Amino acid sequence: MASVPRPVDKPRPVYLNLLAIRQPVPAVVSILHRASGAALFLFGLPLALWTLQASLGSPEGYQRVAAFFGQPLVKLVLIGLVWAYLHHLIAGVRHLLADVHIGLTLASARQSAAVTLVLGILLTLAIAVKLW
Amino acid sequence: MTAKVAVGAHYGLRDWLSQRITAVVITLYTALLIALFVWHGGVDYAGWRAAFDTGPFLVATFLFLVAVYYHAWVGVRNILMDYVKPTGVRLFLQAVVICLLVGYTGWAIQILWGPR
Repeated sequence: MASVPRPVDKPRPVYLNLLAIRQPVPAVVSILHRASGAALFLFGLPLALWTLQASLGSPEGYQRVAAFFGQPLVKLVLIGLVWAYLHHLIAGVRHLLADVHIGLTLASARQSAAVTLVLGILLTLAIAVKLW
Repeated sequence: MTAKVAVGAHYGLRDWLSQRITAVVITLYTALLIALFVWHGGVDYAGWRAAFDTGPFLVATFLFLVAVYYHAWVGVRNILMDYVKPTGVRLFLQAVVICLLVGYTGWAIQILWGPR
């Protein structure tokens, strides 16, 4: 019996290279949610506690903290962490909305992902301008 | 039957729920901070210190920090479960994270209620 040609003749299995795939916006928002959370745990949390402790001790301590955050490089790191906090927060609210069945269709999920990404960046830019 | 892993996830629903409850606490406290900042038109040492000499604000801040710690534990453990495959290494890293967060809790109490 002659073999029937397969309709799709591709080598299987296909191994996906994550770096070669163009990720849809919800995927980008999702991985940034995770990455920003990791950054907040590793750097944001100890920095926030140190800031709180140093700034509450005395007016001089408060000034020292203010001077520390006045350095351009520190400001840059701070702006990065501000973005991480905002993106994580907005992406989290998006999750909570999904939990109550808001924005579950593919189109609205893509839309809210784009809003999350853009809003996080815009708010960070606004704060960055204010800081500088 | 699936093999039980000591450092795997046990209570998916509990984690899901606690991640959301802590998220709401964190969001509310963040909104409170922003509102206070806007209300006072900025912050200086006197105002900063006065806020942290107020009982309810201290309790709210502590509640916020504990919510952050628990939230971080659930999130970081998820990350470790996804990327760190050797059980021993994962157990070690999870223990490090727990020690860190318990230490942060002590630090927070010291900052909020200790001598300044």
